[in-house]
Amino acid sequence: MTDHDHHHHHDHSDLSETELRVRALETILTEKGYIDPAALDVLIETYESKVGPRNGAQVVARAWTDPAFRARLLSDATPAIGELGYAGRQGEHIVAVENTPELHNMVVCTLCSCYPWPVLGLPPVWYKSAPYRAKAVKDPRGVLRDFGFELPPTTKIRVWDSTAEVRYFVVPMRPDGTDGWSEDRLADLVTRDSMIGTGLPKRPDEVTR
Amino acid sequence: MDGAHDMGGVAGFGPVRPEPDEPVFHADWERRAFALTLAMATPGGWNIDMSRFARENRPPADYLAKSYYQIWLAGIERLTEERHLVEADEIAAGKVLHPAQPVAKILKADDVTAVLRRGGPTERAATTPALFAVGDRVRAKDMHPPTHTRLPRYVRGHIGRIEAVRGMHVFPDSNAHGEGENPQWLYTVSFSGAELWADAPDPLLEVTVDAFEPYLERA
Repeated sequence: MTDHDHHHHHDHSDLSETELRVRALETILTEKGYIDPAALDVLIETYESKVGPRNGAQVVARAWTDPAFRARLLSDATPAIGELGYAGRQGEHIVAVENTPELHNMVVCTLCSCYPWPVLGLPPVWYKSAPYRAKAVKDPRGVLRDFGFELPPTTKIRVWDSTAEVRYFVVPMRPDGTDGWSEDRLADLVTRDSMIGTGLPKRPDEVTR
Repeated sequence: MDGAHDMGGVAGFGPVRPEPDEPVFHADWERRAFALTLAMATPGGWNIDMSRFARENRPPADYLAKSYYQIWLAGIERLTEERHLVEADEIAAGKVLHPAQPVAKILKADDVTAVLRRGGPTERAATTPALFAVGDRVRAKDMHPPTHTRLPRYVRGHIGRIEAVRGMHVFPDSNAHGEGENPQWLYTVSFSGAELWADAPDPLLEVTVDAFEPYLERA
């Protein structure tokens, strides 16, 4: 049993059968000349170690410190994010939505797993899972409780269901007690979940540097 | 199609279970299934809408029993078999039994970064004026095509408001079935929680979907 199984009680399938099928497919596709095996390694390395939520955290930290950048990000996010060097697959049309004391934003894809890869990397299992896809559009406050926090009852909540090729990305509120912090230091506070809208940034006392 | 993939509002799945310090992949086969799927689009020639339909078009019990990357694997098996790039007996045997089909091009390692960087933008130059403008009241059509669509069931028949006009984009309903890009105006449409979930309305909930013009009618 891998760790994977413990988190997916619905996953009854025999994983060794799956492993065999993947191996068979890769062997056949490679022997037939459809696949450059080195290309697979580059694809895996890109999303396992290069493209991830640290990219998005840098974007948020810049928005927190640079009002002109924040304005560009909120009016047309794709080129603004491109200024930091992040662009491409599953981020061709990005929209940034900003949390305020009155409004909390949350992003979901009820139909599959649409997610802004260039800024957040590949989505976590829970984001792609049935419970999240089912519940986010009906009971998002309940989802936030599953993540361990309660949204004030007076805060409006807007859930963005990514049903086409627009990819949404949440700009969370800057935590108090961070006046004068550098972009890099601020980026350490920005969690992946805070950019999906299922979490909040860390507080200054939650990070040590 | 009205499949198990269309999950918005479905009850009974239980709570969301976040995983602390989750790895990007949970097993090596997931890495391989992910990379094979991305790499095979080049020789296979299918588009993202065809890929989505290949994953979702299956019996609900099968869709729900598979983990995420098992669905991706089933999708790539179907796409390659439909085009006779691989035959089912080859996967069962775990080896090549039939000659390779000629393919125009494959994804080379040196091109991966540039291909990912380019992505696949879906916006196209506007060829017609948009039918709706921000603020317009629209109803999501009560439609149930047996083919691919991106209008989720939970908004069908409900009245919303045009929140944003996103330009003309490739229409998945056509593109998934080899019927061309057929670009359509794309709108972000917002619905109140009370409109969608009359039995359990959250007065401060708003849900948006991105809906193509053929999904909508004036209300």
